[in-house]
Amino acid sequence: MERSQMYRQLANMRKALFDQGFLDEQFVQLEELQDDANPNFVEEIVTLFYRDSTRLIHNIEQALEKNPLDFTKLDSYMHQFKGSTTSIGAKKVTNECTQFREYCKAGNGEGCKRTFEQLKKEYALLKKKLEAYFQLARQIGPVESACRPK
Amino acid sequence: MTVEEIRGRLGGETDRFPVGMRVLAVDDDPTCLILLDGLLRKCQYQVTSTSQAKTALRMLRENQNRFDLVISDVHMPDMDGFKLLEHVGLEMDLPVIMLSANSDPKLVMKGITHGACDYLVKPVRIEELRNIWQHVIRRKKCEAKHESKSTTKGKNRHGNGEGEQGPSPTDNMDQNGKINRKRKDDEEEEDGEENGSENEDTGTQKKPRVVWSIELHRKFVAAVNQLGIEKAVPKRVLDLMNVEGLTRENVASHLQKYRLYLKRISSVATQQANMVAALGGTDSSYMRSLSSLDGFGDFRTLAGQGRYPNPALSSYQTGGIFGRLNSPAGVSLHSLSSSALIQPSHAHNLSNSLNTLEKFQPVVLPEKQNTSSFQRIPTSLEFDSPGDPTIFTSVGNASLFADNRAPLGISSNSLPSASVTPLILQGNLQQMQSGGVFGNQSSLKVGSLNSKPFNTGVAVQISRFSSNSLLLSEPFNHDLLPPNSMRSINSLSGPHIRNNPDDFSAMSAISSHMEDARGEIQYQTGLVGDVRNMNQAMDKRWGEHNQAYVQNPNMVFSTLNSMAPTKGVVNLLSQNVDQNNGVFRRETNTSLVSQSNSSVSTLLQHSGVEKSAIDSKMRSGEDYILEQTKTQGGFVHNGYDSLDELMNSMIKREQRGAMLTDGEFGFDAYTFGSCL
Repeated sequence: MERSQMYRQLANMRKALFDQGFLDEQFVQLEELQDDANPNFVEEIVTLFYRDSTRLIHNIEQALEKNPLDFTKLDSYMHQFKGSTTSIGAKKVTNECTQFREYCKAGNGEGCKRTFEQLKKEYALLKKKLEAYFQLARQIGPVESACRPK
Repeated sequence: MTVEEIRGRLGGETDRFPVGMRVLAVDDDPTCLILLDGLLRKCQYQVTSTSQAKTALRMLRENQNRFDLVISDVHMPDMDGFKLLEHVGLEMDLPVIMLSANSDPKLVMKGITHGACDYLVKPVRIEELRNIWQHVIRRKKCEAKHESKSTTKGKNRHGNGEGEQGPSPTDNMDQNGKINRKRKDDEEEEDGEENGSENEDTGTQKKPRVVWSIELHRKFVAAVNQLGIEKAVPKRVLDLMNVEGLTRENVASHLQKYRLYLKRISSVATQQANMVAALGGTDSSYMRSLSSLDGFGDFRTLAGQGRYPNPALSSYQTGGIFGRLNSPAGVSLHSLSSSALIQPSHAHNLSNSLNTLEKFQPVVLPEKQNTSSFQRIPTSLEFDSPGDPTIFTSVGNASLFADNRAPLGISSNSLPSASVTPLILQGNLQQMQSGGVFGNQSSLKVGSLNSKPFNTGVAVQISRFSSNSLLLSEPFNHDLLPPNSMRSINSLSGPHIRNNPDDFSAMSAISSHMEDARGEIQYQTGLVGDVRNMNQAMDKRWGEHNQAYVQNPNMVFSTLNSMAPTKGVVNLLSQNVDQNNGVFRRETNTSLVSQSNSSVSTLLQHSGVEKSAIDSKMRSGEDYILEQTKTQGGFVHNGYDSLDELMNSMIKREQRGAMLTDGEFGFDAYTFGSCL
């Protein structure tokens, strides 16, 4: 694929991620931190996020299987998780986190579980999309850098 | 560090502050940490990141001058962010910014009360980080300002204030920053550290920060007690302290911190209020004098705020812990209890030493509420004036160090330790929670006090902080003043010896003071100061511990012949005890608290009642003997004239690592000297 085409494609992918609400302004902050000294900053941090959050997701899952549910603990896990998701700008995932915490506060176990399933889906979906995005970006080479979103 | 230092450190980028500002970032979440790191680098700061709070603390302790600012997450697995905040505040007096995904106002408030200078909500934006350098400058400025106030030179440093307006836009920075910096530096010069080398010009010299050693703090406390917490004004306190090189500015800022500390303590003390009441807050006169310390009430707030002089202040809260605290004065015991009170935990030493102290009447100053807590129970101390009434008049305040440092000469004074102790101790004791810090302190007894009614508010808190945490919780503060000269101590607001839960054996700090006291008033002031320091420091930290801080810093001896031996509380005690002569040595040493984990007892012990002959030597050493009973923290400030100094000393102390050896106060050997 031609380079310019790839650029365009990359730009489109990026735009779509924002338009579709997968990413928010915080992601732009990450991009801004990427420079010659840190050429792969965004990818690195996202990768780190996914690696680290796996543990949290696992903890939450286990906690959700307990009976009765310990909402305080669940809320605490989710709070941590949310801290990470907001840091990378994962908008949809963050929204699910917020929803989950609401259910925790209300003591709604079913709501929590449902939300959590939704959260995992969004989480996995975003991961796929970002992986594709980064792959393309790598192909293009370090020169490219995402432009700011509109 | 002054701006100059910062600039210097930048090695080449000297004029580009905040560029190169050294930040320590702590967050257990790796994603957030990396992000924070990246953002900070983007702002051109020099960043060090760690995901472990313990590691962060270690790095900070290893080299006090390594960082300018700390940013920390609130929720961390190995240590609560607030705890870290307190530690940093107490030990290093660095600005700390809290970070959290949670924007709950309660948490924000908690951050503020623990001394954070800012609270950011995740995700953090780079714009917010661009302005954080203001906290570094502001802190320096405040210190400088305080210190320079007292200078006779008419610098108009205050002009800086405007320039410094914290959040000036970055673009202003260059101009304002530079100007401010200069001014600041200028002010910094005024620090007590430099005796006489105030440099008028706005430029460049960096004033060494005044370290409020226990001795110095003790002196401060003594002076404050003497004047009465409410009436204590920096100029007068400075005069009373008679420390060379100390500026009014130093005193002023230190005083402010002390007041905050007392406030904090007093909240703690309120719990103990009962106790205190029992003690007899009868001394109206005392209280009055204490009331003069009203200002201390503010201490509490000070304590709350960023790290005041951090450790010291917090303990101050109770300010006039004077035993009497019933309410007014400082029953800060209560307040102390929570904060400054000699943390029992630490005070293991204290308790021991306290025993010996017996005499020490722990002046529980806690209560800042009354502000009078420092109020030095002027006459109230009455301890009995049997011989040395003065002994603790301040004792009331200074709940002496819980440590049983018996050595506190206090006993010699025949302090009515018994009576006194109850006063303050009571309050403190409670606070001392775990350690019962004061509890046993009968030693506080300011022995000589002749069973005089400690009620006077002499909160001789020294009660053993059995738990080692700072004994001194408040009582020290003022009341500790050794009977003899104690009377004058009235104003001692008793240094709050904050017991850091961790370390203060609390009393040890106090004891350190005491030691110095050599029978001099030193103790008193020292103790008080020390206690206070300790308390303050501890306060911060102990918030949770509820330990009674012995805030003696003031108490101690400020009045002692105006010699406020700032030597650790212990001094106070001993002094009091020794008082007879009424010669209190005001140790200007602010070196507080040696970090003796070992306990406060050292403080007390040292105070060695030997002080019997209280010579009025004024130690100008600004060391407070900060006895950190536990290993750190307890700063016992001797009545420092200004909190600033106290803080400085404390900080210095920290830096110096001069911690009094546990167990032995050896005041002389105190780090006081080294504190500076």
